Amino acid sequence: MSGRSFAQKALSRASGCDAAVGDTVVAKVDLAMSHENAALVSSKFREMGAERIWDPAKVVLVFDHRMPANTVSAAEGHRKVRLFAEEEGIESFYRHGEGICHQVLPEMGHVRSGELIVGSDSHTTTYGAFGAFATGIGATEMAAVWATGELWFRVPETLRLSIEGRLPEGCMSKDVILKAIGELGADGADYCCVEYVGGAVDGMSVSSRMVMCNMAVEMGAKAGVCFPDDKTRRYLGERGSGGEELFSDEDSAQHCHSMDVSGLVPQVAAPHSVDNVLPADELSDVSVDQAVLGSCTNGRLEDLRAAASLLKGRRVSAATRLIVVPASRETALRAMEDGTMRTLMEAGAIVTNPGCGPCLGAHQGLLAAGETAVATTNRNFRGRMGSPEAEVYLASPLTVAASAVTGRITDPREVMR
Amino acid sequence: MNTDLIIPGRYLDNYDMSSLAQHAMEDIDPCFATNVKEGDVIVAGRNFGCGSSREQAPLVLKELGVAAIVAESFARIFYRNAINVGLPVVVCADASRLEDGDTVEIDLVAGSLRSSGGLVAEFPPLPSKLLEILEKGGLVNALKERLRPCRPDTGQ
Ligand code: SF4
Repeated sequence: MSGRSFAQKALSRASGCDAAVGDTVVAKVDLAMSHENAALVSSKFREMGAERIWDPAKVVLVFDHRMPANTVSAAEGHRKVRLFAEEEGIESFYRHGEGICHQVLPEMGHVRSGELIVGSDSHTTTYGAFGAFATGIGATEMAAVWATGELWFRVPETLRLSIEGRLPEGCMSKDVILKAIGELGADGADYCCVEYVGGAVDGMSVSSRMVMCNMAVEMGAKAGVCFPDDKTRRYLGERGSGGEELFSDEDSAQHCHSMDVSGLVPQVAAPHSVDNVLPADELSDVSVDQAVLGSCTNGRLEDLRAAASLLKGRRVSAATRLIVVPASRETALRAMEDGTMRTLMEAGAIVTNPGCGPCLGAHQGLLAAGETAVATTNRNFRGRMGSPEAEVYLASPLTVAASAVTGRITDPREVMR
Repeated sequence: MNTDLIIPGRYLDNYDMSSLAQHAMEDIDPCFATNVKEGDVIVAGRNFGCGSSREQAPLVLKELGVAAIVAESFARIFYRNAINVGLPVVVCADASRLEDGDTVEIDLVAGSLRSSGGLVAEFPPLPSKLLEILEKGGLVNALKERLRPCRPDTGQ
């Protein structure tokens, strides 16, 4: 093995040294994102005795988890962060319901190819869809980044996931990533950078690639990446962004795994772990109290449109509530303009404001004991969406829409036919 | 063992660690916070701490007096967070051979573990930079020293 991987190149660029796999390097951070947990970060920052943020232009804050505040303590947390941002002169501060951090950052042009992005949120891996090296860190580490602009990283091994074939009808990138996590396991890519390559990935939209990179962390990965192409360039160009494109050398991966998706069927992750994956049609006797369409995984326009295409002219089952949470204000506006929102609401959906919604069980749309949800979110851990006695199944927007119509977990092809 | 189980997301608007810690592990063991004692060691299997990046997960365990976690493997963000808050984490392939009630002695610098039940295991010690963070009780303390002397008084 002689070539250099994307992870090596990205961390070499950021650290200014020739980084080998397994090395621990101190790298300069290009962008640092925090959400509501900026309240905790700012306390640690002050505790460290830091006075000024190293570069306020490189810090982005987004309120998304509890926006608008649903408890007094959430409101106090927001207030604390607002005061801090003002004192520190942080201008990239999306505080009025612009949407989920992982959607807002690319939309607002903050994400650039080749850059080192850290976020005090595990799904920071999402920005890998734009060829960035992006990873989640903790609050204290983020405080250290705010103070110094740098952080230590171990240069990870690479797992190259080759995905070939054409996605069959009824399947989306969510089905691909669920299938992959089912095969590799929740720790199958521990500490690795996952490179998604192959014809199926080339054929995916940027939004679909974001789903893949978003869920890299659900198999333990440090980062996930889809290499930039014309679609990436167009997206970034339209947002006034760009960056330096970094590609892996052919023979640089330590681990490889291949999949052919031509024969794929819609997949579902059953409670209470993301790698407990089964074909949707094997779960058709599971009744659904709540269907959730949203999150940083699948709350984008493409996802809302897919669900609307299935719901057009149909009604959500009387036994089920369908909650739609657009990933961002822009997503919501565009879904209004093209009629998607109308279709969803006519079918009986409850539409909430852009944000994380019920995904982590902290905002609206929680589950009672004994209830079951099917959601386009990324985690089905016990207690994640409300009561620890509730159950959460993960699926694609099409499967969630189909399940909302029938009131039980449903392979979307059954309804589409 | 994921971070939602260690401390559920529904409580994370509470930034007071001692009251937050009362909810640690409650979705799988409602008595955990009352039963755990100062100096206790948590023993676990693979991928301990997978899921969310919430630092409150190692923080509440530390708050309750947990002295170390020994697991077959850790999820990476939890591992980083634990070190950064000053909670020792030890990767031990034979963790399942530790029994409830055993006393364990861990030497982080040498990379060795021995239990009253007779388990003797070795593990690669942490890089010195990380050991230093643990020794100082976490990244906040480690950086305090670094930030103070080199920061010129700007008069602001
Ligand atoms: S949508 Fe869910 S997974 Fe994504 S950032 Fe929000 S809480 Fe986290």
